[in-house]
Amino acid sequence: MFKGPVESKNEAAMSELVPEPRQKPVVPMKPMGINANLLGYIGIDTIIEQMRKKTMKTGFDFNIMVVGQSGLGKSTLVNTLFKSQVSRKSSGWNREEKIPKTVEIKAIGHVIEEGGVKMKLTVIDTPGFGDQINNENCWEPIEKYINEQYEKFLKEEVNIARKKRIPDTRVHCCLYFISPTGHSLRPLDLEFMKHLSKVVNIIPVIAKADTMTLEEKIEFKQRVRKELEVNGIEFYPQKEFDEDLEDKTENDKIRQESMPFAVVGSDKEYQVNGKRVLGRKTPWGIIEVENLTHCEFALLRDFVIRTHLQDLKEVTHNIHYETYRAKRLNDNGGLPPMTAETEENHESNL
Amino acid sequence: DQRGGENFTNPETPGYVGFANLPNQVHRKSVKKGFEFTLMVVGKKILINSILKDQVSCLLEKIERTVQIEASTVEIEERGVKLRLTVVDTPGYGDAINCRDCFKTIISYIDEQFERYLHDESGLNRRHIIDNRVHCCFYFISPFGHGLKPLDVEFMKAIHNKVNIVPVIAKADTLSLKERERLKKRILDEIEEHGIKIYHLPDAESDEDEDFKEQTRLLKASIPFCVVGSNQLIEAKGKKVRGRLYPWGVVEVENPEHNDFLKLRTMLITHMQDLQEVTQDLHYENFRSERLKRGGRFVVAAKDRLRRMQEMIARMQAQMQMQMQSGEGDSSGHHV
Repeated sequence: MFKGPVESKNEAAMSELVPEPRQKPVVPMKPMGINANLLGYIGIDTIIEQMRKKTMKTGFDFNIMVVGQSGLGKSTLVNTLFKSQVSRKSSGWNREEKIPKTVEIKAIGHVIEEGGVKMKLTVIDTPGFGDQINNENCWEPIEKYINEQYEKFLKEEVNIARKKRIPDTRVHCCLYFISPTGHSLRPLDLEFMKHLSKVVNIIPVIAKADTMTLEEKIEFKQRVRKELEVNGIEFYPQKEFDEDLEDKTENDKIRQESMPFAVVGSDKEYQVNGKRVLGRKTPWGIIEVENLTHCEFALLRDFVIRTHLQDLKEVTHNIHYETYRAKRLNDNGGLPPMTAETEENHESNL
Repeated sequence: DQRGGENFTNPETPGYVGFANLPNQVHRKSVKKGFEFTLMVVGKKILINSILKDQVSCLLEKIERTVQIEASTVEIEERGVKLRLTVVDTPGYGDAINCRDCFKTIISYIDEQFERYLHDESGLNRRHIIDNRVHCCFYFISPFGHGLKPLDVEFMKAIHNKVNIVPVIAKADTLSLKERERLKKRILDEIEEHGIKIYHLPDAESDEDEDFKEQTRLLKASIPFCVVGSNQLIEAKGKKVRGRLYPWGVVEVENPEHNDFLKLRTMLITHMQDLQEVTQDLHYENFRSERLKRGGRFVVAAKDRLRRMQEMIARMQAQMQMQMQSGEGDSSGHHV
């Protein structure tokens, strides 16, 4: 069951964990003192502080989709990422639950809070993907779902009386799970990513990475990267959306060295060297999920959550959604799609 | 951890996910993007240099100059934060014998910016929309007289649903402190009497610190602000200050005991974000829903061209169909 809101215990520790790729400007948030100095010099940079405070108060939506064959540890990984039971594990198929005949889309939402920031997290699971004998076009229901969310948002946007904050159900990030075969990507992997990288941010991950040795891992990653490149698959962070040199340098390193992240997930804790760690216990040792020498889970988490969360949302909104919108407008002869409301008005104005 | 700087995993608070870092990510992006703000000034030539001290590095082009509207843009950078401030001046407002027209021009200007934004927002390519909507209007009230003049009332009522109005009393140095208090109260009463909606500073939230709460209280209690403007540097008490030199003394612009200039400045800067938000969520949305209800053409300009293209394509396809049907044809299968 859901663990409940995570409390921010140690504020001081929290601020140390803030990444500072660039020196943050020292912000005189409030005036220096009361009376004569109450209206001391207030800098323009306080505007940014105002926006920041606003973000904290409003909270935000984040929608993450997981795609991959069953048994690759998708649910466990998502639970590990958010340190809560946000995804229900399917512990094998029992007699009542059969493997779905087509791909199903299951979206489950949770509100989690940390450090005063509220997040409405939605995990979209896709059971049945890649599990059939004939998996032709099994990505279609997924593509359809993604486009449906864009359509929903678009309809809200063109309404006459719009909501102040349009609820955002668009998929911000799609984790694609690659089976750790050690050989190469399967045709299904390539087909899926080719189609979907055009409509959503895809982050490929190598699942159950504890089945590979370090050398096997390095080789496999290189091969996967090569195959993705050869097939023209642009996974997130896409080269063409690097905003400036700083982004490019940072992202190049991630694209060319770290990705795809080879991960292991777990929701069980063990005692290692006096600390409690998340891990997997095997007869030959405990695999520590957050230990960078064991697997790249921490890199994935930091990447998705701590540094690129906002960017994932922005690329979805400014690029993928806009592409969808432009196409829709074009198809409609330059007009926005009709909603019931606009249709009424259109009629009365004719 | 390879990133230059902090080490994420040490010390690791168990259960810490890290999305509390999102506001920092937003911060970083905002700093990169910069900030745009448009301030309209009605009734008095404002001295921008006073508001922004000596940061005005360069005055960019004067964008528009119609008979009564002058807009100029300045880019200011401070501690890495870029602000693109557009000041819309309205010279000659209130000077004519018959002032009816002067405020029509101003209202059209405000509406035009909304219209332009609506058009851009509805367009195909929305990547670089410029926001020239007026986020705030400083309305200057004359200190001579006993409160609002009929023109003041008419004008404010005409724009209070389109822009955030901040009433300001000009030439504060012609009034004694007592006279100022009386005038402020009079004006506030008249504003209420006539149902004029001015911009309301939001109350400080309960989780803000005492200083900020006190500051907000102070600002709210001083509205309408009573200011003195000057571009001259006068020598006073051994240092150079902006002020006005009289035989009986120097009025210092930035002395809170002489006038409310600093309060006005503080209010503007600490509420820039809120002013923008109210403009977007209230004034613009009102304009937009009214506009959409009225209908008419605001569709993408390329629509007609698009339709012609589509017709042409349909014709070509029809031709190809006919060709294929008549003979076996070499359907090279080129799809237009």
